[in-house]
Amino acid sequence: MISRRTLLIGSTGALLTGCDRLDRSETFRGVLRSAEGLTMRAQRLITDRNALAREYDAADMSPIFRANGTRMPATPDYQRLAAGAFADWRLAVDGLVARPLSLALGQIRQMPRRTQITRHDCVEGWSAIGKWTGVPLQTVLDAAGLRQEARYIVFHCADRFGPHPYYESIDLIDAFHPQTILAWAMNDRILQIPHGAPLRLRVERQLGYKHAKYLMRIEAVADLASVYRGRGGYWEDSNDYEWYAGI
Amino acid sequence: MESDTPEVVTRHRLSTRIWHWVNALVVIVMLMSGLMIFNAHPRLYWGQYGANFDHAWLEIGSSGDAGYLKLGSLRVPTTGVLGHRIEANGAVNRRAFPGWATIPSGYSLAAGRRWHLAFAWPLALGLIAYWITILVNRHARDLTPRPAELAPRHLWQEIKDHARLRFPTGAAALRYNTLQKLSYSGIIFLILPLIVLTGLAMSPAMDAAWPWLTDIFGGRQSARSIHFICAFAMVAFILVHLVMVILAGPLNEIRSMVTGRYRLPKAKEEAP
Repeated sequence: MISRRTLLIGSTGALLTGCDRLDRSETFRGVLRSAEGLTMRAQRLITDRNALAREYDAADMSPIFRANGTRMPATPDYQRLAAGAFADWRLAVDGLVARPLSLALGQIRQMPRRTQITRHDCVEGWSAIGKWTGVPLQTVLDAAGLRQEARYIVFHCADRFGPHPYYESIDLIDAFHPQTILAWAMNDRILQIPHGAPLRLRVERQLGYKHAKYLMRIEAVADLASVYRGRGGYWEDSNDYEWYAGI
Repeated sequence: MESDTPEVVTRHRLSTRIWHWVNALVVIVMLMSGLMIFNAHPRLYWGQYGANFDHAWLEIGSSGDAGYLKLGSLRVPTTGVLGHRIEANGAVNRRAFPGWATIPSGYSLAAGRRWHLAFAWPLALGLIAYWITILVNRHARDLTPRPAELAPRHLWQEIKDHARLRFPTGAAALRYNTLQKLSYSGIIFLILPLIVLTGLAMSPAMDAAWPWLTDIFGGRQSARSIHFICAFAMVAFILVHLVMVILAGPLNEIRSMVTGRYRLPKAKEEAP
C-alpha cells in the first residue's frame, strides 16, 4: 500500500519535475514573461509618470552601504583611467541625438545638480539608503538633443562579466524622470570605485541592476533588438531577468 | 431513520470550488517560488533598509559544514535541511531552502521571480473576485463568527472538541464552527490581503506611486518580513487544513469541494 508520506513526497516530486520541465519550455517561459508587460502597464497606469520615489532624511541612511556586482572593473583601460583619477575619462553621448557629446568629469560636475537620499532595492531582496548627487539625465539628453525616433537610452559600462560588457537600458519615461540622475557623488563624497566611479546611473523606481555603474557611453536608440543580445541589459540577456524592474 | 435534513446536500458553491482549486495550485507555486527568491538573500530585517552589514532578526546560513537558522539570539542547527546539505551527487548545497521546496529546484532568482510575479496576478485578482462574490452571495456571513461564538467559554469548548476529534454530525455539520470561521476568514480577510499588500510594498515603482504602502508596514524591509511571516502562516493553515480533511473523511470532503455534494456525517449512535 502506498503510504501518505510516499504519496506526499511523490506528488511534490512530480510537481517539481513538472515545474522544472515547464521552466525549460520556451513557450511556457513566454507565457510567464507576458506577466512582466502586464505588470509594467498596470504600474504605469496607476502611477503618475513623475511620481517621486521616497526621499529620506540623513538620519535614515544605512550605516554601511553595501557595494555589489563589480567592485573593481578588471579592464586595463578602466584601471588606467582610475589611476589618473579619471582625468582622461570621457562620457560619450551619441546614437539618435542631434549633437553627439563627449563630456569630461569636470564638465559634468559643473552642470546643474540634484541631491537625493533614496532607497536602493536589490533584486535579491536587500535595501540600503544612501545619498546621491549628480546631473539629471534630462539635462544631458537636452544638451545632446534627442531625435524624434529615439525610444530608449542605453548605458554602456566599463565593467565586464566574462567577455560581456555590462549595459542597461531604460525608456524615455524613466529617462526624463526628475530623480533619474548621473551620480558622481555618494554620501557627500566623490563616488568611489566599488559604487561605480566616476559616474553611475540612478533610476530610483527600479531595482538595483538597472542602476548601471562605471558609465562610458550613453546611446539613444529606437529599439533594443539590435543592442547586444536584444533584451536590453546584461542580466536580461544572460540570465533572463526582467527588463522592467519596477517590481 | 427519521430526519428533516437530507443525507446528501450541496455544500460548496461553484465560485468557492473554483477559487479553492485555482488557489490550491497558485498558492503552492507562490510559496515554492517565494522560497527561491528568499534563497537569494536569506536574511530578514525590520525597518526601511537592511543588507548584509545590518542586524537581521532571522537568518538561514552555514558555517563550515553546518547549517543554521538564527532567530534573534536563538541559533538552531539545521544541517541537512536548511543552509547546508549534501546532494545525492555528493555536492554541497549551501542554499537556505532545499531544492525540493523551491521552484525551480535549481537556484535561479530570475526564474523564481518569473513564476512568482506571474502567479501573483491570479492570486490577487482571484482574491478580489472572491471577496466581491461572497459579499454578493452572502457567503461572507457564513464565515463571520457571531458574538456568542467568540465568548471564551464557547471557544474553549470548541478547542476541546477539536482536540478530541469530536466533529459535529447531522445538520450541525452544515455550519462552520467558530474555529473554522476564524481560520477561513483569517486567511481570506487578513493573511491573503497582507501577502498581496506587502508584496506590492516591495516594488520600488509601487512605493513611488503609493508611498503609504511602505509606511503602513514600517518600511520596505519590514514589509518583506511580514510577507515571509504571512507565507508561513499560510503553510501552517494548509497543513492543519489537510490534517482536518483527512480526519473528517477525505473522500466526502474532497468530493464536496469538487462536485459540491456532501454526505452529512451521521451521529455515532446512529452509525450501523
